[in-house]
Amino acid sequence: MSSNVTRPAFSCSEVNRGLTNIGPETHPLTWRYSTHGQSILDIKTYEAMEGYAALRKALTEMKPADVQAEIKASGLRGRGGAGFPTGVKWSLIPMGPDAGAKYMVCNADEMEPGTFKDRMLMETNPHQLVESMIVSAYAIQAKRAYIFLRGEYIEAAERLNAAIQEAHAAGYLGENILGSGWGVDLMVHTGAGRYICGEETALINSLEGRRANPRSKPPFPQIAGLWGRPTIVNNVETVSNVPAILLRGADWFKGLSQGLSGDAGTKLYGVSGRVKHPGLWELPIGITCRELLYNHAGGMREGLEMVTWLPGGASTDFLMPEHLDLAMDYDTIMKNGSRLGTGLIMVVDNRHNIVSVVRNLEQFFARESCGWCTPCRDGLPWTVKLLQSIEAGQGQAGDLETLDQMTRFLGPGKTFCALAPGAMEPLQSALKFFRPEFEKGIAAADSQQSGNSFR
Amino acid sequence: MNKIILTQRGAPYEMAAEDRAEIEHSLHHYDDPRAASIDALKVIQRRHGWVPNNAIREIALILQIPDSDVEGVATFYNRIYRSPVGRHVITVCDSIGCFLTGFEEVYAALQQRLGIKPGQTTSDNRFTLIPTCCLGACDRGPVLMINDDTYFNLTVDQLDALLEKYA
Repeated sequence: MSSNVTRPAFSCSEVNRGLTNIGPETHPLTWRYSTHGQSILDIKTYEAMEGYAALRKALTEMKPADVQAEIKASGLRGRGGAGFPTGVKWSLIPMGPDAGAKYMVCNADEMEPGTFKDRMLMETNPHQLVESMIVSAYAIQAKRAYIFLRGEYIEAAERLNAAIQEAHAAGYLGENILGSGWGVDLMVHTGAGRYICGEETALINSLEGRRANPRSKPPFPQIAGLWGRPTIVNNVETVSNVPAILLRGADWFKGLSQGLSGDAGTKLYGVSGRVKHPGLWELPIGITCRELLYNHAGGMREGLEMVTWLPGGASTDFLMPEHLDLAMDYDTIMKNGSRLGTGLIMVVDNRHNIVSVVRNLEQFFARESCGWCTPCRDGLPWTVKLLQSIEAGQGQAGDLETLDQMTRFLGPGKTFCALAPGAMEPLQSALKFFRPEFEKGIAAADSQQSGNSFR
Repeated sequence: MNKIILTQRGAPYEMAAEDRAEIEHSLHHYDDPRAASIDALKVIQRRHGWVPNNAIREIALILQIPDSDVEGVATFYNRIYRSPVGRHVITVCDSIGCFLTGFEEVYAALQQRLGIKPGQTTSDNRFTLIPTCCLGACDRGPVLMINDDTYFNLTVDQLDALLEKYA
């Protein structure tokens, strides 16, 4: 299996294209990469750019409770898609001398279709994630920390492992870090590929060496997670905000959104699809999709028009051109019928058949269902079959009603985890906005029959 | 699809000493030996290209867990192969990001050049073709991987030169 060719030249996403005045005060996640002009791979370069300063501050000036309080006050919310307040999650961890073994885990299993932000963070600045994990482990007093990295991110794995070695040698990892008496070990665990590993309880099962089936909640991982012990699972982008918050304070972090949103901080936004300049931008949370798409990504390629868009991954509801001026934050997008998700938008243009787009989305979910819950295991392949027949113009009367029912039978509360409900989000919104497109796929000969087999 | 090749029942697997050492070393990364199961399967796969049947039992013995648990893990994950694969494995992203940027044309051209369908191996055992989920580079789609190498912004006319790199 060994490859006899040299590795293709390393290539990274375009980051912050067209942005000026990038610095630590405005771009906590990307300023080092953007000002350095290339990936920061050695510890000396990172240290010269405020690197490990937050760790030093936390270990010498702050108690774990102070770190937790600062993060809670900052209003940081989970950047993996769910938007749960990070400080609240941390505060559920048992503290004190009798709390026993605890674990800090980074969810770096980036696999939500349309999402490529964590790859960039890890490839361009591995030490930033390493420092973030050490500080976060300190806040919850974990003795062991893992980065659960998807197996396909080869460069990220190499760079993170090299950064961890350097951090060990510099005394930032291991026993008695910076003379504090506290220590932690950090390891990269590379997965073997399944979307469901991104679900935090499935991730824990996978990390334990089991099939990645989600666990029933409660108990939540903060109480009983990895090997039954209290565990925090945070996304790469989420934890990467932690050092800057400790250095500059919760009020500074809140101010980063510039009043555009009730949410705090910046967000890594991205654009893909047939636009002029796909890429990633770190921007105040709450900017509009219009600004992202037209000011930063250059708008659609010549001759194409935007028809609809997904605000944050395959598992978010479609939004329409009339939603372009909504603030891209958790609450605003939620109130308008979708989810911010990962915040990387995908644009569908007028050359695409919307039924084919939805069929592709559901094929992904059908293949990636772990098979644990019946509605998901059986409902998703059925959904794909219906969509394939509609796409081929061979749909039968009642098929659209069956699809409507799927969105309820696979909806929230029917399954252990959010995979099936997530799969239904693009389907239900496509049926809402583009029903005539689906109706065109129902074969005329059958249009008089009632094919609804559920009633 | 390739069939799983059944080895003689009970035939022992001669695990290479360095593979065994690497698996035993990875036990130290976790608080429970079971957690090293994916690492162990990857070590075996790196040697053979896939995980042979009789290696499952050997891994189970090292981790002190049932064979069926190791098999359960081996068959769950996309990048662990329980059937023989060619010398080079091509994984093509077929998720929505690459769909929007036109992966289907590239995928069809690739199948035509290789003369195989997804899930199959070329008769000269050179390439296996497998679809994969989003590879996290939707801004540079279509994307595929050959072994551990990732290629971005693919077009049909690049394919011949790309395949030539892998003998």
